[in-house]
Amino acid sequence: MRQVIVGMGTCGLSAGARETYNTLKDLLPDGSAGVAAAALSITGCIGMCYREPLVEVREDGRRTIYGEVKPDRAREIVEHHVLGGRVLDDYVVFSEDASGQTGGSEKDFLALQKRIVLRNCGFIDPESIAEYEAVGGYQALRKALFEMTPASIIEEVKQSGLRGRGGAGFPTGLKWGFAAGYKGERKYVVCNADEGDPGAFMDRSVLESDPHAVLEGMIICSRAIGASQGYIYCRAEYPLAIKRLTTAIAAARKAGYLGKNILGSGLDFDIKIKQGAGAFVCGEETALFASIEGERGMPRIRPPFPAEKGLWKMPTNNNNVETYANIPWILVHGAPAYAAYGTEKSRGTKVFALAGTVVRGGLAEVPMGTTINQLVFGIGGGIKDGKKFKAVQMGGPSGGCIPHTLGETPVDFENIPRTGAIMGSGGLIVMDETTCIVDIARFFLNFTQDESCGKCTFCRIGSLRMLEILERITSGEGRLEDVDKLKVLSERIKEASLCALGQTAPNPVLTSLRYFMDEVLVHINDKKCPAKVCGALVDYVIDPAKCTGCTLCAKACASNAITGKVKEVHVIDHALCIKCGKCITSCTFGAVYKD
Amino acid sequence: MPDKNRDTDFTYRLWRYDGAPGELIPLLQSAQDHFGYIPRRAIKYISTVTNIPESNIYGVITFYNQFRLQPMGEHQIKLCVGTACHVSRSKLLVETVQDELGIEVGGTTEDGIFTLFTVACLGCCSLAPVMMIDEETHGRLTPASVRKILRGIRRQAKQKNQDAQLRAS
Repeated sequence: MRQVIVGMGTCGLSAGARETYNTLKDLLPDGSAGVAAAALSITGCIGMCYREPLVEVREDGRRTIYGEVKPDRAREIVEHHVLGGRVLDDYVVFSEDASGQTGGSEKDFLALQKRIVLRNCGFIDPESIAEYEAVGGYQALRKALFEMTPASIIEEVKQSGLRGRGGAGFPTGLKWGFAAGYKGERKYVVCNADEGDPGAFMDRSVLESDPHAVLEGMIICSRAIGASQGYIYCRAEYPLAIKRLTTAIAAARKAGYLGKNILGSGLDFDIKIKQGAGAFVCGEETALFASIEGERGMPRIRPPFPAEKGLWKMPTNNNNVETYANIPWILVHGAPAYAAYGTEKSRGTKVFALAGTVVRGGLAEVPMGTTINQLVFGIGGGIKDGKKFKAVQMGGPSGGCIPHTLGETPVDFENIPRTGAIMGSGGLIVMDETTCIVDIARFFLNFTQDESCGKCTFCRIGSLRMLEILERITSGEGRLEDVDKLKVLSERIKEASLCALGQTAPNPVLTSLRYFMDEVLVHINDKKCPAKVCGALVDYVIDPAKCTGCTLCAKACASNAITGKVKEVHVIDHALCIKCGKCITSCTFGAVYKD
Repeated sequence: MPDKNRDTDFTYRLWRYDGAPGELIPLLQSAQDHFGYIPRRAIKYISTVTNIPESNIYGVITFYNQFRLQPMGEHQIKLCVGTACHVSRSKLLVETVQDELGIEVGGTTEDGIFTLFTVACLGCCSLAPVMMIDEETHGRLTPASVRKILRGIRRQAKQKNQDAQLRAS
């Protein structure tokens, strides 16, 4: 019996997995003659986003994963492998046989990884509770209900050394202990699935690929702290994640894992999904509570902390998706097994969304303490198009750019903050020499300025002033005193903002000033952008080798700066050019570039 | 109304409202699903039923990115300007769409076919730069491919409208 499994996470679907699935469905109709030897099913994210759509053929303990499976390739795979039994080696990205021997062109991508959170992602059908149970799902819950006390669960989580995976890294066991300690009429377990960092999609993949792991983690937490109601606050922009969570919650209720008297243990707990309406600040826990309560998502002053007065002023425990997904594994395998991975103060593993100008972009889970270079080169396969590695951006709008010279820095909660960036939720954007650091700082500040809720003056107005200065610098009107102004504003905003959004908003600017001062000064003094990004500081040039003389750019040009005859190479007169960029957007051949 | 839509159906939700706290945002979400945007009258309905002042509801609507107070075009373009797309020159694509359609971000074309939004991250970073038109994702874009996609959709939409007119006459 061969199983054919299509990766149907958002990345896969974007790359065309639906079409692939439909093709396979036509070729392998259920139970029809000739194909009794094959069954078609779906799975979530395998992690190799850069080779999607991915299709796996599973037989007798052997896994073969094919990459870039468009309908044509799907037909070949059915004909030769599924029906014929012959593996098509050229298309194999990863394979593993029963003895654990691995192969395939992309086996390095998985070699450095240790998959705990992603243990089932890309392996089971996320819409089937039976498949989750078949890989040991809900065993941890049974253990928590019948073999452990709330105190011993909390102790186990403490011993594992697990720290909050949302970014701040607060010890999870300690947090649970606080929430357990406070008394309240009701208590809540909240799961923060409002993954708002641009460039981070770890939580979405977990929700889409293994929703039951998150539910199980939350139910265990409810037992530990004595809560009766759970909420998952999920971005409305993640429709597939919401759909799969809804399916999973319904299945869990039916199976007796949610609702009244769970598995006959006497525990009552249920989970509701709340859709976020799109506000980055709602990733901050007190703003998130305000949003669940139906208000504008504005942070509140702490203390009192959520453990004492959280959602609807009741004791609340709030963790993010990845944190909860770790819990079942820890309870089944024991705290020492989890603590064996990682570094002394940062135990376990962390999932990263590897993106940017890296060869192998995707989802990777590595032990804490893995170095930046190992992530970029070992797993990521280095920089695209043979360009030079410049920096990685970690922590999104709250983090910063770490230069390539610090590539040996271990990624954990101790070493990353020392660089001025933060661990963040796991977005890791790789940048090459064609990325302008000043432009990136401006980009992030534009984001936080836009997303500032407006409560604190320093965050609301200070970030706008910083943005204005950066816009000045990137448009060639920067002044030397701007650097000091940025530093002063950064200090003030950090000191006088209530929540992490404001307190960390200046980080991208501060790391740029710390590591890339030369580049900033070239913008200010020489009015040049070394990476050729900032539009006002470059010249627009037509590549004679690519220009076909179609005249489109000349027609689009607002200042008549482009001359040339039909079917002859066109030229831009720099004296007339106003650098509006219309020539680039109008060119069909990619012949116009910035120099 | 078919049963399966009941949980998100606006009128059903309004009717079922029992004063439970925290229902404002779900009500607004279903109003937007129902009307395509949040019209003035929906704010009035919600205010009457929940006793939340209209001004507060307006405050919540304008706080969140998801809610629209104006009708949207037939096709919604969500152009990703997240970090990975930004690094892959998504700004150029924003300029291209603006130039092609003659609208600003948040605007709707005169013929009502397109509305342009930028979003912080669609989460398909390995396909960067990306845009989503309705439910379909388009990846590894260039200015030329963006124009081609938009022109294709506009042609189809116009054809569809013409056919509908012909049938009507």
